[in-house]
Amino acid sequence: MAMKFGVVQFPGSNCDFDTFHVLSEVMKRPTVMLWHKDHDLQGVDCVVLPGGFSYGDYLRSGAIARFSPLMQEVKAFARRGGRVLGICNGFQILLELGLLPGAMLRNKDLKFLCQHVYVRIENDRTDFTRAGTKGQVLRIPIAHFDGNYYAPPRVLRELERREQVVFRYCDAGGEVTEAANVNGSLNAIAGIRNEAGNVLGLMPHPERASERILGSEDGRTVFESLILGLERARPARRPAATRRKARHD
Amino acid sequence: MIDRSLLERHNLTEDEYTLIVELIGKEPNLTELGIFSVMWSEHCGYKSSRVHLKRLPTEGRHVVQGPGENAGVLDIGGGQVIVFKIESHNHPSFIEPYQGAATGVGGILRDIFTMGARPIAVMDSLRFGPPDDPRNRSVMGGVVSGISGYGNAFGVPTVGGEVYFDPCYNLNPLVNVFCLGLADKDKVFYAKAEGAGNKVLYVGAKTGRDGIHGATMASAEFGKDTEHKRPNVQVGDPFKEKLLLEACLEVMDRRLIVGIQDMGAAGLTCSTTEMAAKGGMGIVVDLDKVPQREAGMTPYEILLSESQERMLLVAEPGKVAEVQAIFAKWDLDAPVIGEVVPGGRARITFKGQVVVDIPVDAVVNLCPAYDRPIAAPAPPPPAPALKDLPLPADLGEAFLAVLASPTVADKEWVFRQYDHMVQVNTALLPGADAALLRIKGSKRALAMTLDCNGLYTRLDPRTGARIAVAEACRNLACVGARPIGVTNCLNFGNPEKPEVMGQFEQAVTGLSEACRTFGIPVTGGNVSFYNDTEGLSIHPTPVIGVVGLMEDIGRAVTPGFKAAGDAVVLVGESFEELGGTEYLKTVHGLEAGAPPAIDLEQEKRNQDFLLEAIEARLVRSAHDLSEGGLAVALAESAFHDARKRGCQVDLEGTMRADALLFGESQSRVLVTCRRKDAGRLAKLAASRGVPVRVIGRVGGADLAVTRAGREILRVPVGTAYRAWKDSLPAYFKIRT
Amino acid sequence: MRVRILVSFKDSVLDPQGQTVKNALHTMGYAAVTDVRQGKVFELDLEGTTRKEAEALVPEIARRVLANPIIEKFAWEILKGQ
Repeated sequence: MAMKFGVVQFPGSNCDFDTFHVLSEVMKRPTVMLWHKDHDLQGVDCVVLPGGFSYGDYLRSGAIARFSPLMQEVKAFARRGGRVLGICNGFQILLELGLLPGAMLRNKDLKFLCQHVYVRIENDRTDFTRAGTKGQVLRIPIAHFDGNYYAPPRVLRELERREQVVFRYCDAGGEVTEAANVNGSLNAIAGIRNEAGNVLGLMPHPERASERILGSEDGRTVFESLILGLERARPARRPAATRRKARHD
Repeated sequence: MIDRSLLERHNLTEDEYTLIVELIGKEPNLTELGIFSVMWSEHCGYKSSRVHLKRLPTEGRHVVQGPGENAGVLDIGGGQVIVFKIESHNHPSFIEPYQGAATGVGGILRDIFTMGARPIAVMDSLRFGPPDDPRNRSVMGGVVSGISGYGNAFGVPTVGGEVYFDPCYNLNPLVNVFCLGLADKDKVFYAKAEGAGNKVLYVGAKTGRDGIHGATMASAEFGKDTEHKRPNVQVGDPFKEKLLLEACLEVMDRRLIVGIQDMGAAGLTCSTTEMAAKGGMGIVVDLDKVPQREAGMTPYEILLSESQERMLLVAEPGKVAEVQAIFAKWDLDAPVIGEVVPGGRARITFKGQVVVDIPVDAVVNLCPAYDRPIAAPAPPPPAPALKDLPLPADLGEAFLAVLASPTVADKEWVFRQYDHMVQVNTALLPGADAALLRIKGSKRALAMTLDCNGLYTRLDPRTGARIAVAEACRNLACVGARPIGVTNCLNFGNPEKPEVMGQFEQAVTGLSEACRTFGIPVTGGNVSFYNDTEGLSIHPTPVIGVVGLMEDIGRAVTPGFKAAGDAVVLVGESFEELGGTEYLKTVHGLEAGAPPAIDLEQEKRNQDFLLEAIEARLVRSAHDLSEGGLAVALAESAFHDARKRGCQVDLEGTMRADALLFGESQSRVLVTCRRKDAGRLAKLAASRGVPVRVIGRVGGADLAVTRAGREILRVPVGTAYRAWKDSLPAYFKIRT
Repeated sequence: MRVRILVSFKDSVLDPQGQTVKNALHTMGYAAVTDVRQGKVFELDLEGTTRKEAEALVPEIARRVLANPIIEKFAWEILKGQ
């Protein structure tokens, strides 16, 4: 059975339709929109918090969104082990919600940054990266003002020790350099997971790198990983080998 | 009560006042005077430009809606239309760069979604004084942040545009925003109040005192007291605008409304009177029902406020509740503030008193049009004869100087502050000749570009305007798209100066000629006069926005070199022309001479040939020759190549080396193709009457050019790249 | 009652906005400025709240909503009213 995605729609979400488009038209999976005022997760297997400016984000990115009715359900869903993916503003919301540790500061140059970056997969044994390999470099765009990841030293050490850092900014060759860490994140962190492994937040936009016509398909790795993980756990529709092959088409 | 000084403060002449009295059959009260003042301002009434704009071609097979609505509408087939327009926000952006630019974006977005279209892309034409002056940097930084802050949050990609620098924009920056929207053909809405008894609903932000008389401000010269005008500038709220967008599109999608108009310049006044006039109806409005942000506002202030993010809707009484429910879903109120009535009068009440009672036709349609006196534009400063112009000792140095000149230099510092990818349609990133947006669910794509070289227009308004249109269309051809429609933003000085009107008249002539040659209609636009500060006018700057269509996005071409060994081909003919060039300006410090000549028929042939060659898959890269000429085009083609390959080019003839490298002769495109295809390309060109010449090949680490066997330029790509890439960021380095 | 809440970065967190302002001030010749911290100000009007209630309510609002305790600290004061 095909897994079902839900894309959360806050009033100021602006990557909601993009994420919906990629999940339903490119990944060809049943996908529904989840309205922020509702309480119903509609039986989805994975909740995606898309990019945007949730409630205008005039206070702090994601600061108000975490109080919405739907987010209380998402929190409970995550606690039960449900998969939650936060992209950009979605990542910021997960931090504010406390589902992931740390906080976001303004980019080091104090400018909004929209550009393609390279990120390295640091951990390929997660629900979000199992379709990739450790050390693999993905080319995915970022678009944010507050993506400069911060966590107190003790938290940071724990994140590294538990291999919760899933993506790190790097150059095209996979080297983590100061120049490649465009927003100034501590330890060049681009994406982290929670301890249990079912919640991931990342600043780059995989939905913007899922079609060849847009210049990169590297972002599909994240969605394919989720599909691979969840659909293999169920009665398989196709043999796993076929699925793997399909990924490289 | 109404005396000369009051009229002066309202920018109305005594003759205009006499006409108002005649039209409305009474002495206007202060509120009514305020209404005429904004509606008859240059900004809203086009009183100096109308007689000239009539000459522009507005008809064409794609045209659904030409000038006169919020934006133009073109049919692109497949049941879809595009809605597009440019607006200027020059004056507000000088007074408060961030908010001025932000609300400029907000305003044009509303113009587009008012018509039922979702905005899918924005582009900006920006002009500032040179960035070595900290004041210009501060204006530029603010404008770019404002565009970024508004567009990014709203969720529309800013896909490119242009940034020019010239001292004439020192105290008068230009901020022109071009927006493109996409809609279903059967769901386009107009600003019409029809059907007596229908309700008038107010939606969006509350009304405050901000922006009162913004429209009249945009219609007067700036002086030293501009500082004091600061309270006039409106503050934008992109989050509110996003809510408005979604709610408006939802009520339109469900066909719950009769008409809709945004409250832009002149706010409630403009929207109520225009909607009534277009519907051939009258309107009653109760100002007590208008949501107000501040206490104690007068009718004058409520009616003339330019608070942002507001819309006026007209709906049948039976549908009001449903409309209000949709707005409530998006946390917006939609109170009924009035009604459509027969009779053609706007009757506005406040605390039970009638405060305005005037015929809407007089306000909207009877603004006088002036055929202002015209004088020949001031002649350009003469350029020294070419024989007197010294050839730089080191052309490599000159080349690096041109690459680093702010106008030519890389603009990534600007466009990476814009979210240019949201909505996942952006197939070509900023920096390409034109932006290309795929249309989801099809193989087709829309292309858009903005162009104007203000120096050319200063030196020769008619030629400059022709070149602006030609270059815009050439940019589209370089990616493989055919132009289908034009919008313009005509930025000029004070129209009461005959030589400024002379520039305007000639520029419109040039535009009209070029649009006719290319067979593209002008579907609307904007005129911004009074771009004068302390008596100095800007260069006449008719900014041209062109939208193009591409049937198969798979054939899109990018400017970067593709493979070593490919043939470098120059399409079009080069002449010994250095007048008005970036080289002359940067290296010799001269803004002088005649701009390059343009033969529109030849231009069209060259573009048609290029499109044909692209469709036949003969072209691997294409890049327009513009500022900086052949040398800059070669360099940029190398920079856009991920591997930064150089090229070896061998030219013939006896032309001056600097004219050969940096001359800006028109109608030229730099193309590369596989070596084996060079013959086919040449043959196709010959059969279409287009001069082409294989001038070199891609490869090597240098940009190298010889003339008649002697090397005139050799610069490593890396050196050239750094000069081009690092120039703009160096002005804005932050120290932390 | 009107209260004012000041939210600013903790001392351990780099404040690039503040640093940029400091550098600008130095460039302009204000050498006496040795440090700048930038923050946000909120003014809240509270109705029917006693001073004692405010002492519980305001820090709660500040902690839960206005400040992110991971990176920010806050201070507050009563501007007027009891």
